[in-house]
Amino acid sequence: MADFVLYEEEFKHLEEALRRLRQEANAKAVFLIDKNGQQIASAGEIEQFDVTSLASLTAGNVAATDGLAKLIGEREFSVLFHEGQQDHIHISIVAKRAILVVIFDDRSSLGLVRLRVKRASVDLEKIFDTMAQKSDRGAGPGGPASPFSEITDDDIDALFGE
Amino acid sequence: MTFINYASKEINCKIVYYGPGLCGKTTNLQYIYNKTAPESKGKMISLATEADRTLFFDFLPLDLGSIRGFTTRFHLYTVPGQVFYDASRKLILKGVDGVIFVADSQEARMEANIESIRNLEANLKEHGFDLSTIPYALQFNKRDLPTVVPVDEMYRILNYKREPTFEAVATTGVGVFDTLKSVAKQILIELKKR
Repeated sequence: MADFVLYEEEFKHLEEALRRLRQEANAKAVFLIDKNGQQIASAGEIEQFDVTSLASLTAGNVAATDGLAKLIGEREFSVLFHEGQQDHIHISIVAKRAILVVIFDDRSSLGLVRLRVKRASVDLEKIFDTMAQKSDRGAGPGGPASPFSEITDDDIDALFGE
Repeated sequence: MTFINYASKEINCKIVYYGPGLCGKTTNLQYIYNKTAPESKGKMISLATEADRTLFFDFLPLDLGSIRGFTTRFHLYTVPGQVFYDASRKLILKGVDGVIFVADSQEARMEANIESIRNLEANLKEHGFDLSTIPYALQFNKRDLPTVVPVDEMYRILNYKREPTFEAVATTGVGVFDTLKSVAKQILIELKKR
């Protein structure tokens, strides 16, 4: 299976799109997560969250919900919403492979978040398209060399302190 | 599916611990968690029932240091071993880079081991992976118990493709890191080939 490769340029574009979304939706924090549970980019008050745990649990949540959808004959449930007493989480699928998480409180509203997420999703999808094209090019000749093509057994052993 | 992030200079890989119910998958992760320096690990998450049986998964993020300037991070997951949780088990295998099969060495659990390997093979296939090519290690756990099957017999029954095999006692940590290292190494060697 192809690896998921993220280059500096697209990373900046993703962060920019997330920052804009956070601002326009008046959200506390916004995260973009790979469906396998890896964090891709984020914006806002992220320091108050355990981002790694958040990414893995969100991916598990989405995977379980996907399973539920298939059980009842739906292709997917593209939006999940968890309502808390103060903070709420809006989760949606972007470009089929990523998960967009928006954490917000009563300074915003579900309606506003939904509206802004829809708009941001279009921008994010465009960036993912570029990433996919770049990744395809990278697989062929002339693409950027993988930093791992030249690792030695010694490098790997050193990692394990041997 | 390895995630290579050139912007943050990180590489993330996913390892899944598989095996029948009560074989010691969570115990493997707990030992790794307890023995790893705080700066190299994240929080361990266990989604378990009230009786402490894994309901969905355990998760442990582990930082192994850097290789050619890239921080190497492994995300360790366990699956729920009980037969009826198959739908959840399948979900955890999504995007896996390497698998560790934890076999229960007790004679009475041999059938369960065999069934679980077959289940692993089938569930991997559904995600487009092949057990015969994916980085893989086999662990014979609970070697300290009185009713264990001899190692060579277990090897004959459970070894799939001459994968590296380790004797273990996960409660005391015997064999735990050796098994993990073996699969982590195989994953990195795979990356090198690409």
